[in-house]
Amino acid sequence: MISMLLGLLLAPLLAGLINRVKAFFAGRRGRPLLQLYWDLARLLRKNMVLSRTTTPVFLLGPALSLASLVTCLALLPLGGPALLFFPGDMLVLLGLLALVRFATVLAAMDTGSSFEGMGASREVAIGALAEPGMFLALAVLVVQTRVVSLSELWAHRGLDLWNSAGLVLALVAVALFLLLLAESCRIPVDDPNTHLELTMIHEVMVLDHSGPALAAIEYASSLKMWIGAVLISSLLFPFHTGSAWLDLLAGLAVVFLVTLAVGLVESTSARLSMLRVPQFVGLSSALSLLALFLVIR
Amino acid sequence: MLLAGMLLSVAILVLGGLAAGVLARNCPERAVALAVGANLLAAGIGLVIALLTLLTGASQMTVLPWSVPLGTLALRLDPLSAFFAVPTLLVSGLAALYGRGYLAGKGPSSWLWFNLMVASLVGVLLSADGLLFLLCWEAMSVTSFLLVILEDERAEVRHAGQVYLVATHLGTAFLMVLFLVVSPGAETLAFPRAGTLPPTLAGLAFVLGLVGFGTKAGFVPAHVWLPEAHPAAPSHVSAFLSGVILKSGIYGLLRVVTWAQQPSDWWGWVLVLTGLVSGILGVVFALAQHDLKRLLACHSVENLGIIALGLGLGLLGLSGGSPLAAALGLGGGLLHVWNHAWFKSLLFMGAGALGKATGSLQIEAAGGLLRRMPGTGGAFLVGSAAISGLPPFNGFVSEFLVFMAALELLRSVHPLAGAVGLGGLALISGLAVACFAKVCGVVFLGEPRSPGAEKATETRRAMLVPMLLLAALCLLVGLAAPLVIGVLDAPLGQLAAGADLGPVRASLGWLAALGGLVLLAGLALGHALSRRPSQPGMTWDCGYSRPTARMQYTAASFAGPLTEMFSFVLPFRRHGKPVEGFFPDAAEDHGEVPDPFNQRLYEPIFRGLMRFSLRVRAFQHGEVQLYLLYIVIALIALFIWEAL
Amino acid sequence: MTGTVDFLLVSMVLANLWVLGSSRLPSCIRALAFQGVALGLLPFALYPGHITWDLVMLALVSITLKAVVFPHLLKRALLEARVDPQVEPFVGHGVSLVVGVASLALSVALFRRHPLPIVPPSDLLMPVAVSTLLVGLFVLIARRKALTQALGYLVFENGIQAFGLGVLQHAPLMVELGILLDIFFAVFVMGITIFHIRRAFATLDTMEMAELRG
Repeated sequence: MISMLLGLLLAPLLAGLINRVKAFFAGRRGRPLLQLYWDLARLLRKNMVLSRTTTPVFLLGPALSLASLVTCLALLPLGGPALLFFPGDMLVLLGLLALVRFATVLAAMDTGSSFEGMGASREVAIGALAEPGMFLALAVLVVQTRVVSLSELWAHRGLDLWNSAGLVLALVAVALFLLLLAESCRIPVDDPNTHLELTMIHEVMVLDHSGPALAAIEYASSLKMWIGAVLISSLLFPFHTGSAWLDLLAGLAVVFLVTLAVGLVESTSARLSMLRVPQFVGLSSALSLLALFLVIR
Repeated sequence: MLLAGMLLSVAILVLGGLAAGVLARNCPERAVALAVGANLLAAGIGLVIALLTLLTGASQMTVLPWSVPLGTLALRLDPLSAFFAVPTLLVSGLAALYGRGYLAGKGPSSWLWFNLMVASLVGVLLSADGLLFLLCWEAMSVTSFLLVILEDERAEVRHAGQVYLVATHLGTAFLMVLFLVVSPGAETLAFPRAGTLPPTLAGLAFVLGLVGFGTKAGFVPAHVWLPEAHPAAPSHVSAFLSGVILKSGIYGLLRVVTWAQQPSDWWGWVLVLTGLVSGILGVVFALAQHDLKRLLACHSVENLGIIALGLGLGLLGLSGGSPLAAALGLGGGLLHVWNHAWFKSLLFMGAGALGKATGSLQIEAAGGLLRRMPGTGGAFLVGSAAISGLPPFNGFVSEFLVFMAALELLRSVHPLAGAVGLGGLALISGLAVACFAKVCGVVFLGEPRSPGAEKATETRRAMLVPMLLLAALCLLVGLAAPLVIGVLDAPLGQLAAGADLGPVRASLGWLAALGGLVLLAGLALGHALSRRPSQPGMTWDCGYSRPTARMQYTAASFAGPLTEMFSFVLPFRRHGKPVEGFFPDAAEDHGEVPDPFNQRLYEPIFRGLMRFSLRVRAFQHGEVQLYLLYIVIALIALFIWEAL
Repeated sequence: MTGTVDFLLVSMVLANLWVLGSSRLPSCIRALAFQGVALGLLPFALYPGHITWDLVMLALVSITLKAVVFPHLLKRALLEARVDPQVEPFVGHGVSLVVGVASLALSVALFRRHPLPIVPPSDLLMPVAVSTLLVGLFVLIARRKALTQALGYLVFENGIQAFGLGVLQHAPLMVELGILLDIFFAVFVMGITIFHIRRAFATLDTMEMAELRG
């Protein structure tokens, strides 16, 4: 319960953290850490502009995305088992993430804008390739521990696994990290800051959303980032110190380290050309497969 | 008692059809009403009986006297046949209701074929004798062929009919051999008893069944008839063909599996790989299609692939000694049979309504139809979410079971198969999301791209109601998942002793609850957002102030990144006049993707066959004397053969 | 030591994927150098008890050649022949990656079904060796440029050497050195040939060379 609340509260912080890292590398001071919170508060007070082309799908998209991502939080272990866990909860989590993609893409297509169509097209292409990577990465962990629930994956392993199967875990960690970059639309797959529509994926899909709907989208995408970082933290660095608070703190620390790493990648690498993105995402599947061969041989 | 009831429902179907056939010329309206009424009545009776059979697990058999050599009129109603009877009758009833509105008085005599098609499919499910089975199977193929070519004034419909007829008969040829091989004695073609075939014979039967029934089910590479025949048929028939008749292939295959003493390991592998190839290629072909019904037909290949994948994982669990994996895989495959029947017939009906309203099935000509046809559009959206395997709809439930089967194999007896199934199914469902995002986005959202789409209005109620009912069913199965899987117990018991879905019931409960919660919260949040103050505006298109509908992203561009990526299986044909120079003239660009299997496999084969036949044709002169000579030569040859 | 062995073997596989997925020749050459280092270190991890002087020397020579000399030669060829550093594949990079992973799956399955009569020091060694071999062949087949042919050949050779490590506990020193010398000349000749072909025909496209046949 606490980890879920923490997620709801802290998710927008990650974007601020990444921006600070990037600013540091660029020699700037950067935006305040809490900027996204202020942005959200401001957007919530604003009115919306709705295109005459749109249908209820336009608003239903962000609404469904937000609802599914908040529900996902209930399935995420962090420093302790999640609020809800049952065999196969990882499949429900991935199913909900697919629903998020479908809803966002349809909301983008609803405007009839060619730019948003382009972003939507790229989003589904990348998503379709990311899906097997995600499942295969989880498959590796399932083979290792023989449990099929996220919380049990967290509970049944310790950091000592890095001694016996460090290579496998490293491969999975890299795979998951690549997927995190792709799914939360960061460099080198997508650039959250660019203002040239042709090079964007996620930002271009939400061009027409404004006011509270945009707030829902921004919040939802920070939740998505949070979910990705927590998955890496809880599945690959499961701390079991004996004290629930310490576990939680350690888990959170890893989440922030992962975020810093994202900022580091963003600061030091260039965006890939769109034609190379499938390879980038495919690479994560390849890494997971390699790890899978190592564990089931 | 139950069996008699089922036969009654068959009789009602046949009588209704015959009556429609007789009355079609003189009072067509009464004929249609009679046929549709018979369909609904038969569906009502049959559904109750099938569900009772499923819930009680009862099995009834009767042998009626029949004076046909080799044949006995052996009929059996057991949970497995009842399981397949449910979608048959439910979809036939709704399709009849829809078809009445769709045909709008045209072709009243076609109802004879429709009713006979449904009746013969129920006959296939009930027969426990090879000859009877083949007769019903043929009747089903022929009647559905006659329905496919209903609009035979169009050349492509005639071509589609031809392809369908050839494909289905090639499949039937294998089935004849199958029944000859497995029949317990020389005098009879009766089905062998369950669990009696020794491994070698069972393996042979499995291969024959896989080819014969796989042709009907549309497994790659025997899928080529599917994207031809289904778009050609009128939509209520496509709905039934795609939603139900394909499944008769799955039924046949499962029936063969029940005969074996013990299914071998390689059966599972063969099914897993077949399913994987069909699933991935099906959805990739679908991505490249521009005709809505063709696209849906390709998705049938994909979904039948998912079914095969599930069944294959289940068989691997069964042979590897993991009853839970067996239950999950077989159960997931079976449940997907039902689910696919609901959402695929819904989608075909939606496509038909759309074609009627806009005058075209071309995806690129549509657009903005959700505003103009909210009922059809809403139902189609639900169907799309369901077929893409998204929570909280029914497609997610069956894919969840198949995924769980893969995970179960992964952690127990067959890690490699589990990994293959998991990765493959993930790719398939990811691509399916992409494909249906394309369909929904381009067809129903945005602005209309053609005058036809501009003027479209909501479809008539007779067609809308069946769609809404099916959409409700898609949602209901998703929300009541833990209850629904209760119907799987009895047929699972026939396929795998000791298979029990109990362990996942709690998971399904959570899945349904979370899915429902997301849907409710999403709807509430969406409603709250729509209540916020807003002002109407124009879609922002980079400052360009006069956007036209033609500036929208097209379906071909939308699918572009993915079709490009899979260009090694998609032989893209492109022609036209490219844009050249600094001040280009009018340019054009056409592209289409022919089926590679048609192009590289079947066309050469049939060309060779044609050449051979032309040569053989020299024997056919049309002169009676020569024919008599042939007969005499044959006789003498036989005599010599006997004499030796 | 299994951890280290696995690490080196996985590095080799990653280098294979790198070669297959990269679209720039210099990057492929770097991948090759990386693979050479991993391969050179492999004997120490595989047979930690048997480190002898000739083994160390062999490793040193092998690493020097594969990680320093060959890449250097190839890069020089690249520069001097002014080859466009794009790889120009016949088979796309995405599919090539799939082929790479599939080759590994195939070799794992092969050795699971037909175990070798001798027990290799690591059960991953043989599959990785064979998959490296296959990847080398694939690069030879599926890439257009003459320089990539040399690259594929070197990957192929790495596969053979890894295979040899599993089969022969101690390959006779002379044999190893012979093999190394062999490829050294191969690369050398290839470099010179490429240079001259380039001068004579102004192209290095193997497709266009096919026009030369009588």
